Amino acid sequence: MSPQMIDRLWQAAFDTLFMVGVSASVAVTAGIPLALFLVTSGATGIFPAPRANRAVGIVVNGFRAVPFIVLLVALIPFTRLVVGTTIGVWAAIVPLAVSATPFFARIAEVSLREVDPGLIEAAQSIGCRRRHILLHVLLPEALPGIVGGLTITLVSMIGASAVAGAVGAGGLGDVAIRYGYQRFDTTVMTVVIAILIALVCLVQFAGDSAVRRLRAR
Amino acid sequence: MDGLAFVGLHDAEAWAARAAASRPVAAAPAPAAPRTGGTVRFEGVSKTYQSAGGEVRALEDISLAVPAGAIVGIIGRSGAGKSSLLRTVNRLEEPTSGRVLIDGEPIAGLGTDGLVALRRRIGMIFQHFNLLSAKTVRQNVALPLRVAGVDRAETARRVEEALRLVGLEGKADSYPSRLSGGQKQRVGIARALVSDPEILLCDEATSALDPETTLSILGLLRDINRRLGLTIILITHEMSVIREICSEVVVLEAGRVAETGPVWRVFGAPEHPATRALLAPLTRALPEDLAGRVTPHPVPGAWALLRIALAGREAPDLSALVAAAGGPVRLLQAEIDRIQGHAVGRMLVAAERPEAEARLRAIGLNVEGIGHVAADD
Repeated sequence: MSPQMIDRLWQAAFDTLFMVGVSASVAVTAGIPLALFLVTSGATGIFPAPRANRAVGIVVNGFRAVPFIVLLVALIPFTRLVVGTTIGVWAAIVPLAVSATPFFARIAEVSLREVDPGLIEAAQSIGCRRRHILLHVLLPEALPGIVGGLTITLVSMIGASAVAGAVGAGGLGDVAIRYGYQRFDTTVMTVVIAILIALVCLVQFAGDSAVRRLRAR
Repeated sequence: MDGLAFVGLHDAEAWAARAAASRPVAAAPAPAAPRTGGTVRFEGVSKTYQSAGGEVRALEDISLAVPAGAIVGIIGRSGAGKSSLLRTVNRLEEPTSGRVLIDGEPIAGLGTDGLVALRRRIGMIFQHFNLLSAKTVRQNVALPLRVAGVDRAETARRVEEALRLVGLEGKADSYPSRLSGGQKQRVGIARALVSDPEILLCDEATSALDPETTLSILGLLRDINRRLGLTIILITHEMSVIREICSEVVVLEAGRVAETGPVWRVFGAPEHPATRALLAPLTRALPEDLAGRVTPHPVPGAWALLRIALAGREAPDLSALVAAAGGPVRLLQAEIDRIQGHAVGRMLVAAERPEAEARLRAIGLNVEGIGHVAADD
């Protein structure tokens, strides 16, 4: 491989990490409140609002149903509104975050639902207010599951980010398509795949060990 | 009282006095000041659930008064409504009609702040402990104070005190998953007591524990009741738990109060079939060899088989019994316990003279004729 190609790969790896990192931060920041809302606003929840709950549920399902490549294109006006451009890394971050948020929220929702209702009852019996229940019961008790869900989200976002080349955002997937596939450069293809595998393994390993540490308590 | 019809209920003061008298005399110095808070009154409490199969009436018109400092046991089969009734006290459950009063104040109208303040005066422990797995023992016990905004130094001091009270000083930094069932329940008790409540609710608190641990937890509850003077309302499906620590018992059956009274009376002379059914595991059946030979009508040479139920201040005077029987009496089975200073139990005797049953009744014994059995020779 030429030195230029090695530079290109470094840049691509950095772009991928940057896109996934920023959109994952957005997904966590927006997804956890969304998951808490979905769990607590049901008819028997601690913040009952069944109509809003149903409406938000439908919106979440809507976003989950649209394939990422379609979302990327469909969101172009929104992307322009938010980041002022429809080309480059930032233009990919918006649809990535929009697609990862409901995905992560649904996974976090499952973990939050698994928290024993007896714990919520016990918290109420000792004089906890609803915000205390979110802070001291639901989130800490569901944390191992939420971290596990974040791992899954990150891995699937690394996959989705390969499509970002469609808006000129670069990244590892883009290099693999343009050089490995279109120019028949098997070495580049192999290296990109190896990097992606290493990246996914690293994320999975870090996530698993974090979950193990949390569960060991 | 204000003319309310309390189901089978005695005067609250009398109940309190009895409860106080029945408590074992403390060797340690007496509690600093007797509490006045901690009374609970249920007035016509009913609870109806809507379910797929229609309405379910969990509680129907329950009226009871629990005086401060008492240990009251609510017993019933599963589905009798005990859990629903207990949870109306801290409003984890809202009655459909009727009201619950704590220290004379109806609790139904409390807003969020009032309800939070009320719950801080009422501790609760659970069958499955319900400890937060992500927090250490210390953090679990500190939580009620932390959410109440108590400062750090004060919290630390009271958490230490609560852990010492339940005998878990050394486990403060362990996570609940590292503790045994009995230790977990002790953490639950410490958490319930750390905000210095006046009332402790126990929701099947020993049902998940082995018999030995059950005894140690019940001993701890009795000790706490004596030292802190707090009112304890516990629900259980085991009569042995009631006998161990309660002063008063309420038997629930299908959402209604079937029977209520001091423990010695309900144990010695149960009136309701539901109570008898709950007592069955604690009472002996007719010995098999006799059961096979009992005939309902007297036959020549047969002895009368009599069951005598005991529930009174006086332990049975055997010489009076023999004299009244007017002839030979054989003691076949007996179990006599002392509960709250009363002799409580049952005897199974065989009397040779057929008139023995009436004559024993005449000296004031509670006699039930079981039948007649030929002498085995």
